[in-house]
Amino acid sequence: MSVPDELQYTAEHEWVRLDGDIATVGITQYAADALGDVVYVELPAVGAALTSGAIVGEVESTKSVGELYAPLDGEVVEANQGVVDAPESINSDPYGEGWLVKLRVSEPPTLLTADEYRTLISA
Amino acid sequence: MSDTTPLAPMQRSPLHDEHLALGASFTGFAGWQMPVRYSSDLAEHAAVRTAAGLFDLSHMAEISVTGADAGAFLDVALAGRLSTLPLLKAKYSLLLDESGGIIDDLIVYASADAEYLVVANASNRHAVEEALLDRQADFEVQLADLTEQLSLIAVQGPAARAILEQTEGLEISDELSRGRTLDSLGYYAAMGMTWAGGAVFIARTGYTGEDGFELYLDNADAPSLWRAILAAGEPNGLVPCGLAARDTLRLEAGMPLYGHELSRDILPVQAGLGRVVAVDKPRFVGKSAVEAGPAADARVLVGLRTEGRRAPRADYPVLAGDTEVGVVTSGALSPTLGYPIAMAFVHPDHQTPGTVLDVDVRGTRVPATVVALPFYRKEA
Repeated sequence: MSVPDELQYTAEHEWVRLDGDIATVGITQYAADALGDVVYVELPAVGAALTSGAIVGEVESTKSVGELYAPLDGEVVEANQGVVDAPESINSDPYGEGWLVKLRVSEPPTLLTADEYRTLISA
Repeated sequence: MSDTTPLAPMQRSPLHDEHLALGASFTGFAGWQMPVRYSSDLAEHAAVRTAAGLFDLSHMAEISVTGADAGAFLDVALAGRLSTLPLLKAKYSLLLDESGGIIDDLIVYASADAEYLVVANASNRHAVEEALLDRQADFEVQLADLTEQLSLIAVQGPAARAILEQTEGLEISDELSRGRTLDSLGYYAAMGMTWAGGAVFIARTGYTGEDGFELYLDNADAPSLWRAILAAGEPNGLVPCGLAARDTLRLEAGMPLYGHELSRDILPVQAGLGRVVAVDKPRFVGKSAVEAGPAADARVLVGLRTEGRRAPRADYPVLAGDTEVGVVTSGALSPTLGYPIAMAFVHPDHQTPGTVLDVDVRGTRVPATVVALPFYRKEA
């Protein structure tokens, strides 16, 4: 189960890659595997102000629906149209092409480390 | 994202080690830990429609009914007429309560003289056994739960027959085949085969809407047969399939799933299963309630089709204007058809195909058209 060391994680199985004040957000391979083949993605609109913990979108497979939570406070600066058009990239490349949104954040988040997340999903 | 599945303590299939070796993901289902998928739900679903899929259904409950009165007993205990079921034939049936509600849906096989094999849903194993025991008082029958001894392997898809014919060592049993072959075995017919010296009871039945077979055999012989079918199937495009694909396949085929389309609150006719009930039998549990029928405004099962890609899911409300007229029982983006499909119970005023309703999909109204079931039918 891939859990890249350089990313931060949430207990809701999302990952965050921080680059300056821009945070790229996606769901983890663990979450993608649990959902099965993703067939539909709904993302927040560019410009939306997100509050950490709020439900801001959804990721739907043939089998079930997963809610997308804002992992931190921030403004949506980009939503990945590629993943809306080809939701299967969440399964094939959850940490790459399967990214969901980019947020501008005002302060650096303190989320789970890769090690902490590995502990969480192996529990 | 949150998706939690408790994994222990649960019963494991005799094929559990095979699933581990194949890299399966597991899910809890009726107290069993069963494969939900091996690779991709969509790929597994497509394999069954175009080639073949291999399923472990060992969680299903098998109950044998034997004795001189076995047929007469089942005629009273179940909704259908089983006493006239010819040897080595299968019949879909229902177990009703006194109010006509559905305790379970079942497949019954006339497996030998004065012997029937009743196959029940794993989730209803104990309810079925309890009901059968309650109803056996006046009859000379013996009931036995074979669930822990028997494995059930299904091979489903257009290539299923060829694959089983090519499975080396799987032979037709002369004594229990009555001249049948895999090719000539009719739909809902069964026969005996042998594997590794043991008996295999094989039937042309399934839950996918495709041609296919279900094989019952002793647990001890199941892993080697599973591997042999996989090996014979590989050149034919067979893949192992999990419960996720099984669910989308049965949904496309318009087949009900207990707990979704069927329950104790539903009379057979509401679920489109009136034909399963032999109302002319002198007596069976639920007869008076079935004859009285449901209330005139009792909801009936329909198929729904929606646009876009967001599927109606179980428990979503169905609306006509601002009035709630029904509820979705199962739904998914159909892998074969490419649009969302669902089954729902709606007020009978809204059951005609072509009727346009709305489904409340998590706060968004999505137009849904009533369509005839099944959604998908294999080419003849």
